[in-house]
Amino acid sequence: MTALEKNQPAEEPFEDARQTLLAIVGHMIPASTEFGLPGADDPAIYADILRSVGRDKPLLSKALDAVEAWAGGRLATLPRDQQAALLAEFRSAEPELAGVLEAVTARCYYRDDRVMAAIGVEGRPPFPLGYEVEEGDWSLLDPVRARGPIYRAVGEGGQRS
Amino acid sequence: MNETVDVLIIGAGASGAAVAWSLAETKMRILCLEQGDWQKPSGYPSSGRDWEARLSEDFAISPNRRRLAADYPINDDDSPIKIANFNGVGGGTILYAGHYPRLHPSDFKVRSLDGIAEDWPIDYATLEPFYALNDRMMGISSLLGDPAYPPKEAVMPPIPMGRTGQTLGKAMNRLGWHWWPSDAAIVTREYEGRAPCINLGQCGSGCAQGAKGSTDVTYWPEAIRARIELRSRCRVSRIETNEAGMATGAYYFDADGKEIFQPAEIVIMACNGIGTPRILLNSASDRFPNGLANSSGLVGKNLMLHPYAQIRGHFDQPMDGHRGSPICTWSHEFYETDRSRGFVRGYCYQFSRGTGPVRAAINGMADGLIPWGEGHHAAFRRLFGHSAGMVSVCEDLPEETNRVTLDPDLKDADGIPAPKITYRLSDNSRKMLDHSVARGIEILKAAGAHHITTKAPLPYAGWHLMGTARMGADPERSVVNEWGRSHDVKNLFIVDGSVFVTSGGVNPTSTIQAVALYIADQIKSRLYELFD
Repeated sequence: MTALEKNQPAEEPFEDARQTLLAIVGHMIPASTEFGLPGADDPAIYADILRSVGRDKPLLSKALDAVEAWAGGRLATLPRDQQAALLAEFRSAEPELAGVLEAVTARCYYRDDRVMAAIGVEGRPPFPLGYEVEEGDWSLLDPVRARGPIYRAVGEGGQRS
Repeated sequence: MNETVDVLIIGAGASGAAVAWSLAETKMRILCLEQGDWQKPSGYPSSGRDWEARLSEDFAISPNRRRLAADYPINDDDSPIKIANFNGVGGGTILYAGHYPRLHPSDFKVRSLDGIAEDWPIDYATLEPFYALNDRMMGISSLLGDPAYPPKEAVMPPIPMGRTGQTLGKAMNRLGWHWWPSDAAIVTREYEGRAPCINLGQCGSGCAQGAKGSTDVTYWPEAIRARIELRSRCRVSRIETNEAGMATGAYYFDADGKEIFQPAEIVIMACNGIGTPRILLNSASDRFPNGLANSSGLVGKNLMLHPYAQIRGHFDQPMDGHRGSPICTWSHEFYETDRSRGFVRGYCYQFSRGTGPVRAAINGMADGLIPWGEGHHAAFRRLFGHSAGMVSVCEDLPEETNRVTLDPDLKDADGIPAPKITYRLSDNSRKMLDHSVARGIEILKAAGAHHITTKAPLPYAGWHLMGTARMGADPERSVVNEWGRSHDVKNLFIVDGSVFVTSGGVNPTSTIQAVALYIADQIKSRLYELFD
């Protein structure tokens, strides 16, 4: 997270729909004891989601309105299994809007230190340490070399030579 | 009014930087106006923990999504391929992957060879010394001996193949198909003050290490040392002309929104295949009612974008993930025309590594491979770090119906009309895309991949902006002559991808810069008869 983002107050553009969004992200990526992972509704992750919506703000509002309409009112007040069924239907019917929900959730969930540690990724930016990548076995190219040129040679006047 | 300069270059991207550097030796007074600003490598996304999130925010490839002060909107609603660009010193090279193929010799002779489109007025042999010079200036890594090309020098060793390149390379060997390490504008050892690549994997959002050859770290430092002036945050709106039909300079808006006229003896357009026709069309006047340099009616027409198909799969064994340059190897097996395939011309493959966790999750959910709910974590673990694949870059043939015009309503922050894109995929392109998807699946299956996904055309891949002011000997069928000078306005030159006659089936930056260097060389050699 950049210093700029850290200093930004958590946005509250979805005051009416915050419980809806909380319920959605909790269904999307639930906590897992098996893998030792928090859910996307973890307070720290959810706060990050709220303050990091950025350019998706209009589309996220549209998606939340659509979910609420789909749920016929307050999604968050429904029983959990009913929420899950409704969200599965919504995801099939409105893949583009579901994609917005997935993007704003994944962008924050998969940078949380606990999550990164659990999936085996160092909790650091790529720069300045970088990464190691195998050079590779250049002899794999021997058959390609042996085949000879494959480009179309062009002679004077544009005729094939 | 500003003082008159000898040469005014508009745009500081791939071509503007190259032409500025080349012309510096003339000792003319040269000014470049750039609508964006210098980038700070320390501010690139790979320096922060939010490196993936920023790829869809301030480093998004679409100017319509990015909406920074340097950007202008582009109405691409009427195109299945959305436009990508970057506005700033370095232009598109700030965000490109550094994948750096040349055109093939056959690309310059498609009319003669295949009876379609038009031949270029220049050929591969003409450009070859400028390709080589540009390779040295940009710092190109490559492996000698690629059978897909005539012999060419290698400036430095290639980027690593990694697990991805080896796995897919073995599959290509089993199929008997060509593959080779990519030529890349990524230095693999210290070179001209640039530090070597450390596999950040984020070439597409600016290189914090400075290893990637964006022109702000290659041509521009040299050009500025040679006393070229680069004025950033200056957005050109139109070119002015006099009664003799010559360009007299350009109007631009400075950072404060103040409109200023910059007089010049020579004007060089380097604003890419959309920005250049936009300014030319916006320069319509009583003398040039259809736009400047547009007696042929071809300014803005013949837009070529390179339709992409994406084919990706997942492997049991770990692959490179987000580590290393996103593109590692290429194949030109299906590049040259073979009419038995059902289409003319061809395409190349770029073989690509994986993604970071955010993009893996987003793609996995969008592709239906990662569910919501209890199964999310297990599915993510199976896929993350285990993916690899390719995109095909398909040759886009010129069609006058594919075009850039001025939007009648949409304007940028300075009130300049925005470009409007009208673009359709041709039947030839659709067949090529289908062929590349089918062969791509074969390759991934031969490599042992499962959970294969495909997308064609890839919507957010309109990087390559070509053909909208093409070169040619016939003033009725082209906008500039065979050395880049407008047929209509004798002191107006175009050096960007607009002048491409055909697109080839590879990324164009190498050729854009080679053409810019060639035109600069022509200007220098004809200096005393330039306007004849």
